[in-house]
Amino acid sequence: MNSFSVNVWADFQAMLQYDFMRHAFEAGTIVAVVAGVVGYFVVLRRLSFAAHALSHVGFAGAAGAVLLGLNPLVGLVAFTAGGGISMATLGRRAATRDVQIGTVLAFMLGLGVLFISLYKGYATEAYSLLFGEILGISSGDVVTTLIAGLLTLIAVAVLYRRLLFTSLDEDVAEAKGVSILGMNILFMLLIALATSIAVQVVGVLLIFALMVTPAAVAERLSRRPLQGIVTSVAIALGVTWLGLFISYYQPYPVSFFITSAVFVIYLIVRLSAWLQHRAHV
Amino acid sequence: MSAAKADIIVQATGLSAGYGKRSLWHDADFAVAKGEFVGLLGPNGAGKSTLFKLLLGLNRPRAGELRVFGQTPRRGNPHIGYVPQRRPIDDEMRIAAIELVRLGLCGTRWGFDTPKAVHRERKQALQALAAVDAESLAERLLGELSGGELQRIFLAQALVGKPDLLLLDEPLANLDIKRETELVQLVGQVARSQHVAVMLIAHDINPLLPVVDRLIYVVNGHVATGTLEEVVTNERLSALYDAPVEVLRDSRGRIAVLGTEEAAHHE
Repeated sequence: MNSFSVNVWADFQAMLQYDFMRHAFEAGTIVAVVAGVVGYFVVLRRLSFAAHALSHVGFAGAAGAVLLGLNPLVGLVAFTAGGGISMATLGRRAATRDVQIGTVLAFMLGLGVLFISLYKGYATEAYSLLFGEILGISSGDVVTTLIAGLLTLIAVAVLYRRLLFTSLDEDVAEAKGVSILGMNILFMLLIALATSIAVQVVGVLLIFALMVTPAAVAERLSRRPLQGIVTSVAIALGVTWLGLFISYYQPYPVSFFITSAVFVIYLIVRLSAWLQHRAHV
Repeated sequence: MSAAKADIIVQATGLSAGYGKRSLWHDADFAVAKGEFVGLLGPNGAGKSTLFKLLLGLNRPRAGELRVFGQTPRRGNPHIGYVPQRRPIDDEMRIAAIELVRLGLCGTRWGFDTPKAVHRERKQALQALAAVDAESLAERLLGELSGGELQRIFLAQALVGKPDLLLLDEPLANLDIKRETELVQLVGQVARSQHVAVMLIAHDINPLLPVVDRLIYVVNGHVATGTLEEVVTNERLSALYDAPVEVLRDSRGRIAVLGTEEAAHHE
């Protein structure tokens, strides 16, 4: 059995002897960076529930793909992209209507359950889609993740200022000639891509842990957008690595360690903000 | 201020506006000259903000002609600075104010900031903030600012691109009387020193009295323009509202317009 020693670096090297651990670290790193960056804008645009819902739409797509014998990632990307474009076309207000979104979300989850049961295959498929299965990632998956991740990051780099402008100041941005509909659609596509690859790590149900919470904490800790993005990425990376590291020694799911670590950070930041506020009053 | 033809920056001829089948106002003729301060008044829903949208190229006129700087209005005109009515800034918005001002310079560009560009833009943003007496707010978080402070930030953002025309949609809403007066004085002073024409939508004429050169009234489908003395009279306003309207002045020159409320609701 693997045993933990005080020399963290040696422990780390021992882990990376195993292919599945190396792949997990590679995919986890890519996903954490992408989720941290895209998540910052998700939080800034107050779209966290919409992003959460998109991942559920993706679940139906992934389950459908499994049923048809396709790579689940194909179904994920197709459904989240379709869902994202519809949400963007319905307008920004539509993306913040929680009852409507919640209704579609539940329907999609139900659809996914149907597909999974029709598949009659392993229940583990459903489990890994819902809660993530990062230790089962192949080297092929890592390459796909890398490509999707790079695409997302390049797109954010190109759109950066316009994304920021439309997030903070939609009316002025529109008057200055930025297409709001265009930006909404592009951003929803970015969420779709980011969600699709993040599902491998934390699953559909726990997407919040990487896409929203690190960015929400970062927003509280920074006062400039770039600072916020870097902080968000750092938190997402930190918790992903920590989760993988611990999971090497413990038989429990990686997702549990990642979500717990994020939750603890969130608590600490909120608590210290509250204490600071009290000290000022 | 009567202006020479060359100084005209906005010219409307027989202009009509509306959405779909619904007409808001029609056959408007007015002009705005360089450096002029124009107040836009009229009841809610009369179509004052729509006039701004026409100027910004966000809406098309239903009929007539509108020229802005001698051209058909188009989106993204760098000569226009715009402060819309409501902004989605809540108290959770934890971004330094200067970043919002900076977006007025670079928000439409593609690609990433280079450190050099950031430095230059920040300097220009600070100058714009200084012009509206808000340098000290530069590093404050947007979510922590009061309504009046936010208006200054928006104003700085609109000014940072060195426009020739400022469109301010209800900048005085939600401000108390003292802040109203301060903001109007500030806008007037900036407009004069930077030679920027201002079109400002307001509910009440009184805060504008010290600075305004001319008024545009949008009422019941009609658009009337002229100086304060020309427009704010019993005869003109009664004709405009199609109801008996009475203009009263107190000893300090403040104006009360009576009879407009009911008239606007009847339409």
